[in-house]
Amino acid sequence: MSFFLEVLIGGLLAGVMYSMVAIGFVLIYKASGVFNFAQGAMVLFAALTFVSITERGVPFALALVITLAAMFALAIAVERAVLRPLVNAPPLSLFLATLGLAYVLEGLAQTVWGTQVHGLDLGISDAPIGAGAVSVSRFDLFAAATAASLVGGLGALFRWTRAGVALRAVADDPLAAIAVGIDLRRLWAIVWGAAGVVALVAGLLWGARVGVQFSLSLVVLKALPVLIIGGFSSIAGAIAGGLVVGASEKLAEVYVGPLVNGGIETWFPYVLALGFLLVKPAGLFGERSIERV
Amino acid sequence: MTTTPSALHGSSPGSSPDSGSPPGPGQPPDSLLDVRRVSLAFDGIHALDDVSFEVRRGEVCALIGPNGAGKSSMLNVVSGLYAAQQGEVRFEGQVLSGARELSRRGIARTFQNIALFRGMTVLENVALGSDFRARSTFLEQALRVGRAPREERRARDEAEVIIQLLDIAGHRDDVVGRLPYGLQKRVELARALSARPKLLLLDEPMAGMTFDEKRDMCRYLMDAHEKLGTTLVLIEHDLGVVMDLSDHVIVLDYGRKIADGSPEAVRADAAVVRAYVGSFET
Repeated sequence: MSFFLEVLIGGLLAGVMYSMVAIGFVLIYKASGVFNFAQGAMVLFAALTFVSITERGVPFALALVITLAAMFALAIAVERAVLRPLVNAPPLSLFLATLGLAYVLEGLAQTVWGTQVHGLDLGISDAPIGAGAVSVSRFDLFAAATAASLVGGLGALFRWTRAGVALRAVADDPLAAIAVGIDLRRLWAIVWGAAGVVALVAGLLWGARVGVQFSLSLVVLKALPVLIIGGFSSIAGAIAGGLVVGASEKLAEVYVGPLVNGGIETWFPYVLALGFLLVKPAGLFGERSIERV
Repeated sequence: MTTTPSALHGSSPGSSPDSGSPPGPGQPPDSLLDVRRVSLAFDGIHALDDVSFEVRRGEVCALIGPNGAGKSSMLNVVSGLYAAQQGEVRFEGQVLSGARELSRRGIARTFQNIALFRGMTVLENVALGSDFRARSTFLEQALRVGRAPREERRARDEAEVIIQLLDIAGHRDDVVGRLPYGLQKRVELARALSARPKLLLLDEPMAGMTFDEKRDMCRYLMDAHEKLGTTLVLIEHDLGVVMDLSDHVIVLDYGRKIADGSPEAVRADAAVVRAYVGSFET
């Protein structure tokens, strides 16, 4: 039983990390109705920028501030150069634009900072700490706590600020939002900035886990089943989806894996997502679209 | 039906009002909206062809015409959703440029196919109508200090006034998407009014309504007009409603203005009768 709990908790903690990546998608999807393929590249860009600056002797806190500033500058640049010219373009054009943006960001980050793998030490050990018979990784706990406070902070910001109300409004009806004078351009910059912050935190946590390298941009692929299970337009859904994916893939690996010679952790979430598409296509928290004809 | 085109005011006497001529001399000083020689084409189809008209402060102006006459296009040009290829729209003497500044300048609008925040409550929808007034910063709002709480209270108070005026207090906390159609139309009107606009543009405010709902809507529009002093420009197909409500009627047909004047004068105009054969029997 304690083994089961250990696997479950380990899975849930890993799931929190998936949620973080997924939240970046949800924010942008709500504000501009586009699946931002560049979210993974933003994770890589943020982590690589941060690591490269610290390796040049800049203290941790200052590097964090500089990278945050870079992410907001990026958000404004994206709004100017990508979103603004594509206003009213079909969603597919916007999606393809983010695909292009992903390549630009990956190329830019690696041109400036190089392609070698960087280690990233956040100063938190991976040693297990125990509570009774169950022990979990200290780093996983730290990551989960960081993610939880980030999500809580974002949630509060978007709950209480006009930008948050505007975000909900735009997600509901862009035309009505324009009619009441909501400044879409400003909102896009804010939301992409927030997605940049999420990308930075995700990049640091993932980077500390697996090293800061090109493959970081592939966490985007892990976010996909999370979004399908949770629903594209719900932050709560992204959290729930991440937890479901994390827990189920670890449990499946441990309990089902041996029956099929292992290695199912990598594909199990996609099968699960496929199942959700068949049974609950809008995801756990997604909006079913009911149209009055 | 007799034809007395010379009775049309606001344009030079003649067999038909000349839509091509710029606003005539002796422009009244209380002109609120001034549309000057606006043309709009989509892929070579002329939605609007050299249309000029004026709306005075305090007027109820109806924009009528058969389907496809360019009424909605006209409203979309005025509200900055479409950019006219030629001509300009002036509001209080200043050129209007785009939808972004609309609410700040004092113009609000409703849409033919209701544009509401369906996932929000009636109160939230209406309060958002005056959202553009807020001046507090992101930080003030996040920490709920400074101007932010005051502004939020004021927005809610103002929304409450409009909610009372339109008799939707009973639905204050209902989610808009679940309300019946006629009520949604009224909520959209409430949201537009909460901006306290000088000019309110209404695209078919009574489309698809029952007789009773229409009668109510007429009353609310007149309330808004009289109690809040809002100038109204509305598109409406029900000519009975148009003749009852409006002081000024503009008729479009195939993107051109074919008549412009008082309801009585327009009703009697030969060109209008041709465009609308038999439809005055409402």
